[in-house]
Amino acid sequence: MIRSEILKEIAPILNPHLVVCNIGLPSQELHMIDDNERNFYMLGTMGLSSSIGFGLALAQDKPVISIDGDGSVLTNLGTLPTIANNATGNFTLLIIDNGSYGSTGDQPTYAGMKTNLTNVARACGCENVVEVQDKDLGTVLQAAIDSEEMTIIVCKCDSGNIKLPVITMDPVVIRHRFMEAVKG
Amino acid sequence: MNIDKKIVDDLVANDVSFVTTVPCKQLAGVIEEVDVREDIFHIPSNKEDEGMGLCAGAFMGGKRPAIIMQNTAIGVTINTLATLTQFYRMPLPMIISYRGELREPVACQVEMAVHTKALLAQLNIPTYHFHWKDDVKEFDNILKYTFMCNKPVAILTDANFWGGYGDQ
Ligand SMILES: Cc1ncc(C[n+]2csc(CCOP(=O)(O)OP(=O)(O)O)c2C)c(N)n1
Ligand SMILES: [Mg+2]
Repeated sequence: MIRSEILKEIAPILNPHLVVCNIGLPSQELHMIDDNERNFYMLGTMGLSSSIGFGLALAQDKPVISIDGDGSVLTNLGTLPTIANNATGNFTLLIIDNGSYGSTGDQPTYAGMKTNLTNVARACGCENVVEVQDKDLGTVLQAAIDSEEMTIIVCKCDSGNIKLPVITMDPVVIRHRFMEAVKG
Repeated sequence: MNIDKKIVDDLVANDVSFVTTVPCKQLAGVIEEVDVREDIFHIPSNKEDEGMGLCAGAFMGGKRPAIIMQNTAIGVTINTLATLTQFYRMPLPMIISYRGELREPVACQVEMAVHTKALLAQLNIPTYHFHWKDDVKEFDNILKYTFMCNKPVAILTDANFWGGYGDQ
């Protein structure tokens, strides 16, 4: 499965929750599949989906899911020790590991070579790290949200993208709408 | 007046309850003070752009954030300041040790000091420079200003402000 197929499958699981979504195609795909006020779309700042979602999870009680990418986690590897050492049960980090920088044309990342993000997360001190194959993600994700224990999910899947328009919504509108949903 | 206590008192009085830090020798005292206060959740970050991501999330979660870092971090965070903090219009007080200024003992620090104000100006980031101990009196107003306008705001604090380096 490719990322857009995965997002289509897990959209109903994500829907009731606060979601911070990675820059580029992941956000464009989620926006196309199930745009709603509980989604925070990143329009830039590659690498910070986990940090933004984690800050949000620490600041309030609702469950938060950060959708991240292997390339983005590699660019902000420092996030994993921070998350591990300040764990909060309402946070789930979902790393879509397609082994490539998908949004920029599927250039290979080191996560698709010798580097194993599951082991990296564990070595950083994350306690619940689950590696899962794309087709099995739904049950694992639902269990992670229900468990009320912070979980890092590394979802192995294929590289590949669909053609989509960019998100034209104003960032302040995205943020305002999202903050209203956080409060609601 | 104890500067560390005054800064953290002002943070608390302005309802800042989420603070991320990356250490600098000059900031050791204020970081220690942040860490012991019950009203503040202190989360050290590994890199300052990561810290700004945490602050963005905390702000959207209803908390007032702040970051404490060294001026060299301006070189690390320009993309984040532009595409996250400014683009989504979020407030962020940045308490910055201004290394490489008067009374600096480490030559390398000067290399970023000479770019610091130019970079902040290029980003249209409101910037205040604390050089004398008394300048800290402005801090409360700067915090109010930051949360009024929803912008990142820089408070540069140089070695003279912190009382120099003693024997170094
Ligand atoms: C600092 C920076 N460098 C490069 C880019 C270009 N860029 C945008 S998305 C992306 C790929 C992200 O890859 P990954 O996190 O694995 O997500 P995927 O698209 O594969 O799901 C890159 C390199 C950027 N936006 N910012
Ligand atoms: Mg990828």
